[in-house]
Amino acid sequence: MPDAILAIEGLYKSFGALEVLKGIDCSVAPSEVVCIIGRSGSGKSTFLRCINFLEEPDEGVISVAGITLPAGAHTYEHRRQLIELRKRVGMVFQSFNLFPHKTVLENLIEAPLIVKKQTRAEAIALADALLHKVGLSEKRDVYPSKLSGGQSQRVAIARALAMQPKLMLFDEPTSALDPELTGEVLNVMRDLARDGMTMLVVTHELGFAREVADRVVFMDGGSIVEEGPPEQCLVNPKEARTRLFLERYLHNGQR
Amino acid sequence: MTALAAGSLARRPRISFRVWLTLWSLIWFGLLVFMFSGLQFAFGPLHLRTFPLDARFIGQWWLFISEGVLITLELAVVSIIGASVLAFLSALARISRVAPLNSLAGLYISLIRGTPLFLQFYFIYQGLPQFGLILSSFLSAAAALSLNYGAYMSEIFRAGIQAVSSGQTEAASALGMTPWQTMYRIVLPQAIRIVTPDIGNQFIAMQKDTALASAIALEELTGRARQAGLPRQHFFEALVIAAAWYWLLTIIFSYFQSRLEQRMAHSDR
Repeated sequence: MPDAILAIEGLYKSFGALEVLKGIDCSVAPSEVVCIIGRSGSGKSTFLRCINFLEEPDEGVISVAGITLPAGAHTYEHRRQLIELRKRVGMVFQSFNLFPHKTVLENLIEAPLIVKKQTRAEAIALADALLHKVGLSEKRDVYPSKLSGGQSQRVAIARALAMQPKLMLFDEPTSALDPELTGEVLNVMRDLARDGMTMLVVTHELGFAREVADRVVFMDGGSIVEEGPPEQCLVNPKEARTRLFLERYLHNGQR
Repeated sequence: MTALAAGSLARRPRISFRVWLTLWSLIWFGLLVFMFSGLQFAFGPLHLRTFPLDARFIGQWWLFISEGVLITLELAVVSIIGASVLAFLSALARISRVAPLNSLAGLYISLIRGTPLFLQFYFIYQGLPQFGLILSSFLSAAAALSLNYGAYMSEIFRAGIQAVSSGQTEAASALGMTPWQTMYRIVLPQAIRIVTPDIGNQFIAMQKDTALASAIALEELTGRARQAGLPRQHFFEALVIAAAWYWLLTIIFSYFQSRLEQRMAHSDR
């Protein structure tokens, strides 16, 4: 796929003797929403974190929107390229990771000012628009400790969007939230998908995956076992391991 | 009925405990002062003698001794700044993946913490001149205190930096910030909040360790007390004046430290 936003070839990653990723190939088209599901320990979070090199892959090549970076390169030029790649990839974490010493607005304009060297006026205009979009304009000047979990995660999404990324990575964005707060975050993500954002989402919210994803990827033991449209992957899986995962999942009474 | 009685019993002492505390503090302090009043009592066969302090000596020399406070403070302030710079740099070195820097900082910390502060004063003031490097008493004292406290505070800084969650660094990196930008903009501002109480304690401790400088002929508080008291056989009175100053300064600094901590705790909540 030459016009893919994200292309990954031969991704390997080990932590010591433990092989976490065993050769992943994956590409994502513009505006595509891909949900990655699988048991904990299947390597799905590590896979996501390798895409923007929060984890350094052992082998493989990653291309995002025209920036191509191989694993294990540490020259000055590569570090510069890495910054360029990260500018194009937004990431939302399970535990929000908002900057506690900065207000909501300051959280949003920090990277545009420091990394993209935008003017303050530009950055603030965009930040205000994004806060409006996630429905938190009135929280503009408060500190993150005053926000609920759901509000924090919406601010975190807005902070990532403030860099105007080509691709958004979500690492279990609702796993740290009380069940009644997941809805507001999923709604923001749904809107984002509708607006045409390219998204890669590691999630346990199978309902969300089924409704919003264009493609579902099932990972197990560090490999992609099965992928396809949600109706296939979540309702009529071909692979026995996918079926087993879904059965256990439903059996445990999780949504 | 019983519940009511128990409730009022439980409540009453709590209100008056602070009053009792204050009252008893005053009583003990009064006794401490009384012990050095020089008064004598006789209760039948029992003779009570308190230590006599010479009021004339105190009146004559307290100003001379008190002038040492300025040098003491100057030394403490210069040294805490020097120590903070050294501590910060060596903490960064200890965190870094650059082997020569990391191990150099490790050697510095181990060496300084493994030798007495008193010895370090002598090394700088009376050891270095052997190689032609002669520093004034003040500079020697400032260097010794900076080096010494820098080594101890380095561990405080390092712990503070590492106490900032790794998620903060990850979030900043994911946004495209360089390691330096992440350190300077995200990690350090949070680390400084974490270490402020400890740095305050170090400053209070250092302000008293400046007394060691009297051994290398610096005319600070303790040095002046010795100069005034020793030859006149009123060393005790002279030391009391110096001690009162150290105590007072410590109380003042502790007060400002708690105020500062309250303000910092307030600003990010």
